[in-house]
Amino acid sequence: MSDDKQANLMPAQLKCEPLSQDTLSVSFSGSWVLDQPLPETDAIGDMLRSAPDCSELTFDTDSLAKWDSGLLTFLVKLKHITDSSNIRMDLRGLPDGARRLLVLASAVPKREGAEKIPEHKSFLEKTGGAALEAINTIRDSLYFIGDASVAVVRFVSGKAMFRLTDLLLLIQECGAGALPVVTLISIMMGLIIAFVGAVQLALFGAQIYIADLVAIAMLREMAPMMTGVIMAGRTGAAFAAQLGTMQVNEEIDAFKTLGLQPMEFLVLPRVLALTLMMPLLCIYSDLLGIMGGAMVGISVFDITPVQYFEQTRGMMQPGHFLLGVFKSVVFGIVIALIGCKKGLECGRSAMDVGSATTSAVVTAIVFIIALDGLFAVITNALGI
Amino acid sequence: MEKKTAHIKVADLTMAYDDFVLMRDLNFTIFRGDIFIIMGGSGCGKSTLLKTMVGLKEPALGRVVINDTDFWRTSGAERERMMKRFGILYQGGALWSSLTLAENIALPLEQYTDLEKKHIRELVSYKLALVGLSGFEDYYPSEISGGMRKRAGLARAISMDPEILFFDEPSAGLDPVSAKLLDDLILELSRSLGTTIVVVTHELASIFAIGTNSVFLDVDRRTMSAEGDPNMLLKENKDPGVRRFLTRGQGESE
Repeated sequence: MSDDKQANLMPAQLKCEPLSQDTLSVSFSGSWVLDQPLPETDAIGDMLRSAPDCSELTFDTDSLAKWDSGLLTFLVKLKHITDSSNIRMDLRGLPDGARRLLVLASAVPKREGAEKIPEHKSFLEKTGGAALEAINTIRDSLYFIGDASVAVVRFVSGKAMFRLTDLLLLIQECGAGALPVVTLISIMMGLIIAFVGAVQLALFGAQIYIADLVAIAMLREMAPMMTGVIMAGRTGAAFAAQLGTMQVNEEIDAFKTLGLQPMEFLVLPRVLALTLMMPLLCIYSDLLGIMGGAMVGISVFDITPVQYFEQTRGMMQPGHFLLGVFKSVVFGIVIALIGCKKGLECGRSAMDVGSATTSAVVTAIVFIIALDGLFAVITNALGI
Repeated sequence: MEKKTAHIKVADLTMAYDDFVLMRDLNFTIFRGDIFIIMGGSGCGKSTLLKTMVGLKEPALGRVVINDTDFWRTSGAERERMMKRFGILYQGGALWSSLTLAENIALPLEQYTDLEKKHIRELVSYKLALVGLSGFEDYYPSEISGGMRKRAGLARAISMDPEILFFDEPSAGLDPVSAKLLDDLILELSRSLGTTIVVVTHELASIFAIGTNSVFLDVDRRTMSAEGDPNMLLKENKDPGVRRFLTRGQGESE
């Protein structure tokens, strides 16, 4: 066996020539290893096509220095070609190890029907399929909402089965846990609204109305919506991920077979926690938004603190306040239901948990915006 | 000789996933006190059969009759009541990952009994001791080994003293010594509590050591091809698929 180092330098070579009328000889030389460029089977394929009388293939590996899976891959491909043209391969010329591996690789034929054939659907088929999927999704969502309502009724009548510890932990997670990010975003919102509005109002010397602007914007729209979007990303995602991972680990099955309904044990405490915490977070957001506006008004636009808060107080009608809080409760329920539903219908792989989480957040945000629009139309029509 | 009474009867059972028929025409009886093995090659539908018997997957055709009640034709509430009499050990243990071992085992006790916290704690310690995990009450599932998780799962399965125990591949992934210990535990549970035990497995050593009755699911023919005590099947059954399985590919039919 030639020096290993030298063997590494020898390029892989293939020679193929007819030995007789019906036999083709294939010679391998050099190092047939994976980290070298290797010849393709095309040359042999061409030769076989131009020699239709050929019925046998023999191998000559006298000059073959090193070989690994690179050689085997070539041989397997070659075998596919010879099998389909009914040509026999005489394996005796191959190194012993390579021959045995080739035999092993060919031992179990490809299982019928196991290979997945990519389906090519026309655009019309895809659109139709998507529409049918959408109908199924809507139907499943209605079932889910129905089951959730039943769970709430059972809760109210004291028959629901879940752990109080879980509910308290969730309340802490959703409520107290969200304070830092809600604080930051609410103050920024107040600041931005004040600043953007004030620049225009200052042109008319009407800066004092910054207070009104911030108050009404925060109370009616920005506090519930921003809190909703924050909680969708924060808590909706968490619910979907928790329940999705439990689904992957068969933990949900374990609940079901123990007779504990996932709807009551897992979904109900989550819905309750968010329903209780969202209005509180919304009120908190209102306050901080107004403070943010005050910071701008007082420091940049020379409004005195007393003036600012008096002006704000004038805007604090129960109508605006209650509308905002009501919206936040609705958003909370929507986020919890969507997060839990996506988690429970998650598939069984890690990738599915990721998709469920993303879908939960996006769907929740879309619903929040849509509902907000709906409320705007309704309140406009009712003159609230 | 005690007369054996039927505990679970499976009649004309066919299981399918949409259009794909997994197994058809299954007919067998599990007697009280049996350690019943469901065996067959990979992909034959053993785990699906288990899911059908415990209420997780509805069969396409046929009946599962438990204690003279048709499991799948009865009301949802009655089925739930029956499911509470089962104990199930899932393949990976399926412990609730955010709860400690003690909380895992205590959960069914808290929900379904009126026992005081102190009594539940004592009961939990006893169940953990039975499976050799004394002292691990406050560990989380992620903090213990795979074999220990299975044993904890078993402790949870027996927490309510169930009438029927179902094991899904209990020795999968266990070293030979742990597998033997688990077999011994299963035999002990059967002898001391008289529980009917249904085991899905393809570990030959366990099958012969603990099985008193069995059904063999043939993956090629998609139906059952043998029934009875595994040791008898080894001696008497002539079906090539069954022989290949039970002799680990050594004895083809004589």
